Amino acid sequence: MAAHGAVLSLCRFIKPFGGGRLGNTVKVFGTTLTSHRNKSGLNGDNIPPPAKYGGRHTVTLIPGDGIGPELLNHVREVFRFSCVPVDFEVVHVNSALETDDDMNNAITAIRRNGVALKGNIETKHTLPASVKSRNNVLRTSLDLYANVMHCQSLPGVQTRHKNIDIMIIRENTEGEYSSLEHESVSGVVESLKIITRNNSLRIAEYAFQLARDKGRRRVTAVHKANIMKLGDGLFLQCCKEVASGYPDITFDSMIVDNTTMQLVSKPQQFDVMVMPNLYGNVVSNVCAGLVGGPGLVPGANYGRDYAVFETATRNTGKSIAGRNIANPTALLLASCMMLDHLELNDHATSIRNAVLTTMNETRLHTADIGGQGTTLEVVQSIMRIIQSKGQLTSEF
Amino acid sequence: VHRFIGCAAIVSRVLGSFKNGSPQPRNFIREMQTVTLIPGDGIGPEISNAVMKIFEAANAPIEWEERNVTAIKGPGGKWMIPPDAKESMDRNKIGLKGPLKTPIAAGHPSMNLLLRKTFDLYANVRPCVSIEGYKTPYTDVNLVTIRENTEGEYSGIEHLIVDGVVQSIKLITEQASERIAEYAFEYARNNQRASVTAVHKANIMRMSDGLFLRKCREAAEKHKDVKFTEMYLDTVCLNMVQDPTQFDVLVMPNLYGDILSDLCAGLIGGLGVTPSGNIGANGVAIFESVHGTAPDIAGKDFANPTALLLSAVMMLRHMGLHSHGKKIETACFDTIRDKKVLTKDLGGNSKCSEFTEAICQKVRDMD
Repeated sequence: MAAHGAVLSLCRFIKPFGGGRLGNTVKVFGTTLTSHRNKSGLNGDNIPPPAKYGGRHTVTLIPGDGIGPELLNHVREVFRFSCVPVDFEVVHVNSALETDDDMNNAITAIRRNGVALKGNIETKHTLPASVKSRNNVLRTSLDLYANVMHCQSLPGVQTRHKNIDIMIIRENTEGEYSSLEHESVSGVVESLKIITRNNSLRIAEYAFQLARDKGRRRVTAVHKANIMKLGDGLFLQCCKEVASGYPDITFDSMIVDNTTMQLVSKPQQFDVMVMPNLYGNVVSNVCAGLVGGPGLVPGANYGRDYAVFETATRNTGKSIAGRNIANPTALLLASCMMLDHLELNDHATSIRNAVLTTMNETRLHTADIGGQGTTLEVVQSIMRIIQSKGQLTSEF
Repeated sequence: VHRFIGCAAIVSRVLGSFKNGSPQPRNFIREMQTVTLIPGDGIGPEISNAVMKIFEAANAPIEWEERNVTAIKGPGGKWMIPPDAKESMDRNKIGLKGPLKTPIAAGHPSMNLLLRKTFDLYANVRPCVSIEGYKTPYTDVNLVTIRENTEGEYSGIEHLIVDGVVQSIKLITEQASERIAEYAFEYARNNQRASVTAVHKANIMRMSDGLFLRKCREAAEKHKDVKFTEMYLDTVCLNMVQDPTQFDVLVMPNLYGDILSDLCAGLIGGLGVTPSGNIGANGVAIFESVHGTAPDIAGKDFANPTALLLSAVMMLRHMGLHSHGKKIETACFDTIRDKKVLTKDLGGNSKCSEFTEAICQKVRDMD
């Protein structure tokens, strides 16, 4: 244990000198050493909720760009109204700047508080390639390795497919999003997709543990191992290894193009899906589209020590920003997931029920799901429903 | 009259051989054009027969040259397609291919990959149009996916760095991106499509997809009559399943193309009804059905020839034989819409031969 600690501190010592490839090798090495600590599998329950000071939690809030700021203001309004014991520490990140100071402040704040709620930070891809996507930097620095998204058909929303109930678990740190690119010869660019055994085992373990905890029957791994034999082959092999430890759960695999075809014709056949980063991006967006759009589905990023909640499809929504037409459902449901994580389950249930009642019974919809309501009307309806349930609330 | 036509045919064929690049429409004289036919495995031979019968009923000026492309080991130990197949393809420039099986432990790479490398088939074009008689939750789909077919994530370059860490290399080159972007705009122009959308993930893969996007923008500058937009892959997926009518022509690198073209095929009813064409350098074009060989129903007359038939129609359009293409396509869609004679996968219980005969009858009735 002492030797382990010594090597870990050695890793941290090497890191600043690493940079580039060596730094990433050290990161992998670091993962190797620390991974044995979380053998029990995590799904947000084993991470102890952050400490409470005076009975109130502090949560980092990153407004982001586009519709993020206005919707997060609504979330704060609903929390204030419902007397939720959560204080928000707001950290602004300016996406137009090239320096990393903003981002580093945000990451430090999340390390301090342990939990964050964020809007999407825009990535201007006119900036040079050395400026990485800020959202990606956040996920990799905090090692938020599992992105969990639960797509459920809502009875109040008109969609082509009914009775969808899919949980998508997406590896969140490596794969195609490693941001390792170089131009070896002029006109020839190589982008590296990294798959490691440790991260694949970790995410597979997470998926199966979550499936067991939620009482799910089947886990499907999505891959393209017929073409990327080594990379996705390794991922698939890790999934199979973990599957053998969970005999009560059926495991099968499907190639990603067949998966998308099946999703648009018969999405009811899927239960829990686990996959590497890029396929996760595609599949989660397809599923979000199937249940009604980006305004409805919340997403959570879990790491060993931190958790960050946001919308599942991570859109900035620049074109609808500031017009009071954005759908607050996704961020409100994400904040409910955060409240569950902080073990404030009563508040989480009351807000979630109010949101779903507005969606399914009152049928007050915003424009993206075919209604005429404004964001403010929906939020006020939610607050009225919370009040009507008889809980302690402050003034409107 | 016959001798005159014969002379003119020889003259035009000689003239044709001096032209390089894309094949010119040669429909002012009714000469027979030879097309290489690769029946394939499994249900391949029976659906190829169906297509040949329908073409005969339509009096299409096509002569078929059948070839087999099972891989053989050439001198030097490299796997290659049989030389007579290659020679036939190089001569005819146009091919129609049925499904090929890839045996698992045969030692040679996938046949499709081999064909792609041999003829440098750089663009995979898949038009996805909703079929009126075949109901899916999505109606009014009318889009085309153009996928870069040679590089990108499918370059097959992978390394095991240390035990437990694998890297796959995604290769994007300026040349290939330029080629596919040019092709996409040319296709849009030749087929009266209003807009081209580039699909990318340049926010994450800044340099590689950034290069692809730059080349698309440059091609857009040269083709100002076609509208150009760019969209993130996840946004395209999200919008595609909610409202596919907003998309027209989509151009993208290899992996995104693979996923999106299959997604679009799923929207219109699956691989059994989706045509596909591969365009190569030097004017070579191979049209194919993208479904599998279905060995369980091979030889039992259950197969559905629609995918191969629609690919053959695509081929006719590519060759400039628009009237024949329209005739056969209309006959096929009418047969499906009537719902009287349908194969099992389309919801009926007729045999392949009955379905084929129904289409032939409709074609003959049109004349």
